Amino acid sequence: MSNIKLRITNYKLPLAILLALVVSLLLATTVFAQDDMPTDDEVNKIAKELYCPVCESTPLDVCPTEACRQWRELIRQQLAEGKSEEEIKQYFVTHYGARVLSEPPNRIASYLVPALAFLAGAFLLFRGFRMWIKPVAVESAVPTDDAAPVPQDDYIRRMEEELKKRK
Amino acid sequence: MIADFGYGVLVVAFLTALYSVYAAVYGELKKKPAMVESARRAMLLTWPLLTLAAGVLVYLLVNDHYEVQFVYEVTSRSMPLYLKVTAWWGGQAGSLLFWSWLMSAFTSLVTLRKWDRDREFLPWVIVVGGVTMAFFIGMNVFFENPFAKLYQTFGGEIAAYTIQPANSILFTPSDGRGLNPLLRHPGMIIHPPMLYLGFVSFVIPYAFAMAALITGRTDDRWIRITRRWALWAWLFLSAGLVLGGRWAYDVLGWGGYWGWDPVEIAAFMPWLTGTAFLHSVMIQEKRGMFKHWNMLLIILTYDLVIFGTFLTRSGVLSSVHSFAQSAIGPLFFAFIGVTLITSVGLIIYRWDLLKSETQMTSLLSREALFLLNNLLFMGILVVSFWGVIYPLISELFTGQKVTVGPPFYERATSPLFAGLMLLMGVAPLSAWGHSTVKTLGRALWKPALGAAIVTTVLAFTYTRNVIALVGFFLVALVILVTLYEYGRGALARQRSQGENIFVAFWNLTGRNRRRYGGYIIHLSMMLMAIGILGIELFQVETQGTLAIGDSLELAGYTIKYKEVASWDNPGAGVNYTRAVVEVYDANGNLLGNLHPRKDFYFDTQQPMTIPGQLASLKDEVYVLLIDWEPINQESTTFKIFVNPLVNWLWLGSLLFLVGVIIAAWPDKDPQRVTVRAERRARQTSAAD
Amino acid sequence: MTESTNIAPARKGVPLWAQVIIWAFLAGLLVIVAMGLNRAQQGTIQPGHAVDDFTLPLFSGYEYQGAGEVKLSDFRGKVVVINFWASWCKPCEQEAAELQRAWELYEPTGKVIFLGVDYVDTEPEARVYLKKFGITFPNGPDLATRISQYFRIKGVPETYFIDREGVLHYVQVGPFTSLQQIQDILDPMLAE
Repeated sequence: MSNIKLRITNYKLPLAILLALVVSLLLATTVFAQDDMPTDDEVNKIAKELYCPVCESTPLDVCPTEACRQWRELIRQQLAEGKSEEEIKQYFVTHYGARVLSEPPNRIASYLVPALAFLAGAFLLFRGFRMWIKPVAVESAVPTDDAAPVPQDDYIRRMEEELKKRK
Repeated sequence: MIADFGYGVLVVAFLTALYSVYAAVYGELKKKPAMVESARRAMLLTWPLLTLAAGVLVYLLVNDHYEVQFVYEVTSRSMPLYLKVTAWWGGQAGSLLFWSWLMSAFTSLVTLRKWDRDREFLPWVIVVGGVTMAFFIGMNVFFENPFAKLYQTFGGEIAAYTIQPANSILFTPSDGRGLNPLLRHPGMIIHPPMLYLGFVSFVIPYAFAMAALITGRTDDRWIRITRRWALWAWLFLSAGLVLGGRWAYDVLGWGGYWGWDPVEIAAFMPWLTGTAFLHSVMIQEKRGMFKHWNMLLIILTYDLVIFGTFLTRSGVLSSVHSFAQSAIGPLFFAFIGVTLITSVGLIIYRWDLLKSETQMTSLLSREALFLLNNLLFMGILVVSFWGVIYPLISELFTGQKVTVGPPFYERATSPLFAGLMLLMGVAPLSAWGHSTVKTLGRALWKPALGAAIVTTVLAFTYTRNVIALVGFFLVALVILVTLYEYGRGALARQRSQGENIFVAFWNLTGRNRRRYGGYIIHLSMMLMAIGILGIELFQVETQGTLAIGDSLELAGYTIKYKEVASWDNPGAGVNYTRAVVEVYDANGNLLGNLHPRKDFYFDTQQPMTIPGQLASLKDEVYVLLIDWEPINQESTTFKIFVNPLVNWLWLGSLLFLVGVIIAAWPDKDPQRVTVRAERRARQTSAAD
Repeated sequence: MTESTNIAPARKGVPLWAQVIIWAFLAGLLVIVAMGLNRAQQGTIQPGHAVDDFTLPLFSGYEYQGAGEVKLSDFRGKVVVINFWASWCKPCEQEAAELQRAWELYEPTGKVIFLGVDYVDTEPEARVYLKKFGITFPNGPDLATRISQYFRIKGVPETYFIDREGVLHYVQVGPFTSLQQIQDILDPMLAE
């Protein structure tokens, strides 16, 4: 239902009014028959991404407590009022704080720190690689003598060598 | 009376652990081997002592001694016997005792090994083991006494005391509060022991690492001694994690197995460093490189174990798993601080002794790829750690409480996991020391082509989801590479030894169990990856309220509501509400009946939602009973998940256990093997 | 991490800068955890604490003298009773009637104000609850849980008694069992 109403606002006004009339006439028969309540799935879709402070670390759609059941009803009610997903989430944030969201609102802080740490690790590792490999550039002539012509034999040799090395 | 005895035994065990530390240090410094021997025996004694204490606790639990606070809190008369026993680790005090008991088993076991070749490690291994043990037993002795009894004071107040206060009488409640129903599931009976086993057994490699640092004997001896310990530790930890996942899947009614809950992550972090450790020790063994790094990894693993235990028990984070807030938090914190600072200080002190013996020759060599693997594991660790600690930082510095939920972890770790899968595909083909693009490419192109074909087929038949296709490509690549490597080895053996191909497989595995066990583990990881991709990317759900005879449709399945019944089981203290639903496939064939349940436990006043599951390799129909009308039964709410491919996850877990057991199985004594071979040779020659 | 240093033969041990970084990092980590632990170990704010000002928006129909929101500082000179509750909270129901009776008893004196702070609750359910227990004192939602976070409440119901100078006098954790209990706390405060 909400989709239709929202889309209407994009049209020119007279057309919108006309459409609204037609739509409401059409709906008048069906709506009351089948109840205008949003389905559980619509509610759960939003609830899945919210966290209730009463049961921490459990998404709202599966939290069994009474408080969470009420929250889900609230979502249903707001959906019925035609609010969008974003609006509903915003309502929850203003009422219950940023912790209802499944991710910290400050994306930069939450992603940047681990990313930087990872890059720093990668940098250290590759700097290390360069330092380790340099002195070997001279040496690398030595092990080339094992450029065995038949790869299969080379493979067996390598495998045997590794098996031996274990002990 | 018997409870006091149990407490007394605990105190003695605590003193014994302390004595072993003292005697080991004293004996080592004053060069008195007899003292070290005495320390070793004291260490050995802790296990029987703790077994006795544990026996007393179990006796109290089983015999309904509700005057003991711990018994009162975790059991009730209606609980069956096996649950009364397993309630031992269902609460803070008991689970601490369980921890110490398991740990004493390990430290005792390690003191029983042959020490001839590494005498110098012995005292320090005892010190590290003894300190850790004394710490955990001390928790029980001073703060969380499982034997504390309830006393009613003159003023009428009831509280638990270790020693009877003046003017008070013993208070015995007629029944206990009962175990949290979530903990009554069979999965919960073995999940904590497995996890704890994994935790405590990592103490052994750590103890040896510390001994190596202290004595300055920093060759790879400590790694060779503890290799199997680390593998077993890893096996238990992995099994604990998987069982925890299975438990969550069966009991929590989320339709999922892993929620990136802080406490799950707390157990996952040592697993990450432990896994990185298992890979990187191989570099040290083969090439004598990265000794610092291995030390650092084992220190991290140990402290993450303690940190995880701390997070769960101190109330720093609130979570479904948390034990109640308690006084032990600051002590855990101090212990982490002391061990971390000492260990890191030791590494810095011994830095020069830990120099690499050889150098890296190629960026594509096995050791370089192992390092990349370590980098990725550390990346996942950093993400996990940051996710756990970020809400704390946010609240402390901005006053804003935030939640770091699955979307963050999934987004941040999935590229890292994909990288790990790619490495799993490439690394087995690269050689130690030197590998070039050419040699690697030559080995890789066939499996890569095979994986590409598989992916193309999947794209036309199964899904167009790009992430899924990338995932399936990697899975196929790893499986093909691993089988290719395995098969090549067996074929080579078949040719060179003239063995039948199956014998060749068997012998190949037998000759390098760690390597081929490792390959089996890689394969099992890929099976798990299939399950994870399936549930993460393709899970669908719906919820609806039905009258009897109504049905819901989801992903080609039709779920028809037949009936619901509710009855009490007074003996077990539970009310069951069970619905019967029929599941039909798209063609209208009846696939089976499911019985989603809601159990309500009277003693704890808590409900538990048990799903009805219809499993196949393709997917699983998972039905939850959410709500029902007791009177007319006409509006019953169900939630249905279809979890594609999820059972590959559990299959993979089983194969995984097989792989680790193959890798970790103790070697036959080499001497005995040769003797037997000689004897056999003699017999056959005699027969000729 | 700092593997790079172990190859260069000239250098001995860990370079100072690396040591400084390592120890600073460790210390930082431990400090954060310690602060978190400290916060977890703290109970609610304790009597004797001067309570900072806060703003409480009020449900319509439960305004204070027509005002849609109140500040704690508006009530300087009065004893303020702040009751945290929620409609999903069963123990709250035990004390709801007693609280209302106490309010009816003290409202005429003009020396005491009761404020109900509705913790993590939905407005429709909250209204049902307020109506059910006939509550008339000012009530409003704890927006973004700011107030409850300030008081570091451990659960609901909890009730905080603030004296005329704005200093916390008494904390009741859990429900009141009788009107007398409330009177026993309030009367000495008023007598001071």
